[in-house]
Amino acid sequence: MSAAVTPELARAFGLNDDEYARVQAILGRIPSLTELGIFAVMWSEHCSYKSSRIWLRKLPTEAPWVLHGPGENAGVVAIGEGLAAVFKIESHNHPSFIEPYQGAATGVGGILRDVFTMGARPIANLNALRFGDPAHPLTRRIVDGVVRGIGGYGNCVGVPTVGGEIDFHPAYNTNPLVNAMTVGVARADRIFLSRASGVGNPVVYVGAKTGRDGIHGATMASAEFGADAETKRPTVQIGDPFVEKLLIEACLELMETDAIVAIQDMGAAGLTSSSVEMAGKGGLGIELDLDRVPQRETGMTAYEMMLSESQERMLMILRPGREALAERIFRKWGLDVAVIGRLTDTGRLVVRHQGRIEADIPLGPLATEAPVYDRPRQAPPPPPPPGEAAAQDPVGLAAALERLLASPDRCSRAWVWHQYDATVGGETVKRPGAADAAVVRIEGHLLALALTTDCAPRYCAADPRLGGAQAVAEAWRNLCAVDARPLAFTDNLNFGNPEKPEIMGQFALAIEGMAEAARALDFPVVSGNVSFYNETEGRAILPTPVVGGLGVLEDAAQARGIALAPGLDLVLIGATQGALGQSLWLREILGLQAGAPPLLDLAAERRCGEFVRAEIAAGRIAASHDLSDGGLLIAVAEMALAGNTGVSLLPGPAGLPPHAFWFGEDQGRYLLATSDGAALLARAEAAGIAARLIGRSGGRDLTLPEGTTISLASLRACHERFFPAFMEGSG
Amino acid sequence: MRVGVVLFPGTNRERDVLTAFVRAGAPRPRLIWHEESDLAGLDLVVLPGGFSYGDYLRPGAMAALSPVMTAVRAFAARGGYVLGICNGFQILIEAGILPGALLRNVTLRFLAQDCHLRVERADTAFTRHFQKGAVFRAPMAHGDGNYFADPATLARLEGEGLIAFRYTPPAGELAREANPNGSMNHIAGIYSANLRVLGLMPHPEDLVDPVIGGEDGLPLFTGLAEALAA
Repeated sequence: MSAAVTPELARAFGLNDDEYARVQAILGRIPSLTELGIFAVMWSEHCSYKSSRIWLRKLPTEAPWVLHGPGENAGVVAIGEGLAAVFKIESHNHPSFIEPYQGAATGVGGILRDVFTMGARPIANLNALRFGDPAHPLTRRIVDGVVRGIGGYGNCVGVPTVGGEIDFHPAYNTNPLVNAMTVGVARADRIFLSRASGVGNPVVYVGAKTGRDGIHGATMASAEFGADAETKRPTVQIGDPFVEKLLIEACLELMETDAIVAIQDMGAAGLTSSSVEMAGKGGLGIELDLDRVPQRETGMTAYEMMLSESQERMLMILRPGREALAERIFRKWGLDVAVIGRLTDTGRLVVRHQGRIEADIPLGPLATEAPVYDRPRQAPPPPPPPGEAAAQDPVGLAAALERLLASPDRCSRAWVWHQYDATVGGETVKRPGAADAAVVRIEGHLLALALTTDCAPRYCAADPRLGGAQAVAEAWRNLCAVDARPLAFTDNLNFGNPEKPEIMGQFALAIEGMAEAARALDFPVVSGNVSFYNETEGRAILPTPVVGGLGVLEDAAQARGIALAPGLDLVLIGATQGALGQSLWLREILGLQAGAPPLLDLAAERRCGEFVRAEIAAGRIAASHDLSDGGLLIAVAEMALAGNTGVSLLPGPAGLPPHAFWFGEDQGRYLLATSDGAALLARAEAAGIAARLIGRSGGRDLTLPEGTTISLASLRACHERFFPAFMEGSG
Repeated sequence: MRVGVVLFPGTNRERDVLTAFVRAGAPRPRLIWHEESDLAGLDLVVLPGGFSYGDYLRPGAMAALSPVMTAVRAFAARGGYVLGICNGFQILIEAGILPGALLRNVTLRFLAQDCHLRVERADTAFTRHFQKGAVFRAPMAHGDGNYFADPATLARLEGEGLIAFRYTPPAGELAREANPNGSMNHIAGIYSANLRVLGLMPHPEDLVDPVIGGEDGLPLFTGLAEALAA
């Protein structure tokens, strides 16, 4: 490429006129094409967080157990016994629409690298997915590709995929969300960071060769799609999980030595962002000689190499004299390794190629002069009230239960889970569907981590502040439900175009809600990712701030699942007002997306969660399930199906319509199974916790309070029908 | 008992196997790099699961050509014990140590779910701690586990009692829906003629601990530990 650099070209690269003027002021001249490309990606929304930065500062990021918060490749928390959990969630939404298999696969690959870059062996993957209306012609193909891509990558690298979530809504019709989360474990005193040090130290490239794939992927992820979205396919990267597996093993082997000063994966904006961030954080300069970069194609230009997003590559700063050691380990694993530059004291990024200087940029201003925007915002109007209709139940409990259990948002996800290897590693204590959070034990220890992803976008759309807080509270609740101590979360903030005030309004309010819940629950955020511009042809997705929560169990054997056994009392913990606003019942039975979402009482949330954990820890609880989408009766049915054990239900309170009691989505509630319900009720009362005996387990039927009986076999058929029928045209 | 666990590029269930042997009370196995060719002193060689060479070309096809497999072939010919699990089974077949082929699952999708295995004979080093006809649970995780053999080979395997495990429902009868990958005769695992080489698709090594969900697979490892104790 040798196009002349003009303001028009800068605009085509995604820099506005003001930003392009800043580039010229920093350089004191017109940039070269390579320099323009470097500024464009580093100042893209994806890399610079220019629209979100001032808001992200409002989130609490500290706690005594937080070792590294946002700003590193991933968050790090101490989990006891000298160990640390390293985790992050990241979106790959735009690529997953253009090319679902590769988009999802490389999303998994990218987040894995963020975690093992820090010295942690990945032990679990999760995925938060949002798809369009099942009736939309593209949805089936996107679901198929995304699920195959996640499995294809995760299964091959040998990291178990243990959890996540899937929802459908027309707002995601041409803008699916693929948020991939990885959790790893490292020694707390052996965490590797990206801050370069040591003038003269070698800059070493390892991993796969560089090709022309993914050039300007970060810029693509920072713009809306038009009708021509499919023509953007060449900017999607291609993943190779086999190379990733080798890279994991080689990096972890080298990390056992003292060779590495700093390390950073080449993710979005590849060689550019990794070299700029490492040298920039260290306050140093860096010189790169692109002739030494391992290349997969011939005739690549400096521009192409600096902007390539070829996968499975890492950049390291080594101690002097350790090059041969690194080379021996990487060659053993069959990977390319090359010294491609060195650190300098100039504070500049200097890129050489074929005897020419292709870029010479001062790193300080590239970071400090990066645009930061306080964009105009406008709070969304409150949703219409549900009206009188919600007061009546037109179908009855049994029919509503069957319809909700069969609905795409609440039906069994087994068809999906059965394509993800959840058992590799031999440490998966609670697999997908077995408990509210996945539980994975740490090899050689009793310790286990509990992991979950949560967000209710319909709540966020109706009330972004409440919805943001609810996502945090629900993740915290899911961790408590398995008896984990919640430690911290990672967030993936998926929104529309931030240049629109109503989108920026949603974003700011959601952050405020998340911050409030995080503070109230001592549950800080330690890493995350913002994905804006989730719009196609001017239509935005629902605001979707996904929370990836992590907690710790001192003994994996304590973990509780949802499966019922016979002969147990079922006790509802937490207060029920019968909140039907924005509920699944309202949507699936009355066809209404209306009303205010359920209120959140964060003090009660915390009290209930701590009570539940104490009860489980005391060995008194056989099964435990939080109440979420669809409310109490859905939770009962899920526990019954998981344990293949029936339940006889008692009538609800006299003051509430039955459908509001059984399908209301009041927050902060759990359903516990115990051999002595009366004793549990007494302890709850003593602790000032609302509790109510709602039924007893046994038999092979679900008996509703008004006497209707549904066999588990028939419930299971409802629950398991959707995915096989939708995806395979069978079942 | 001295056990070697072979590590190919892309192997990913080697730690699961190490853990299973340790839980079975056996000494910790030694890892063997795929470029090694000295198996002297070993009683049992394990080829664990994973995606050796990324499953490129065909699962197991490239690993079958590695130096260690020349040694494994000779080791098996000398009467050594060999256990191939999942990708290890695929490699044993590609290396010609066990007969037949493992085709794409009939569903054309990766299958990661629990299955039940019926023990076809309990008089081998691998199954001595099971009862004949017993059914145990094991996770499966593969895309290419659909066992195929020509009629003559299949007749020989059946006739000589070389079927190790079959996919069945928990009660042990034969049923098509309990054979998710579509294997001929519901075959999940087979022996060599001398009963010292076993290849199977599912992962008994991932169910050896009550905290993880059960000890269904443990008898395989305790049985081997007892049979090969020396």
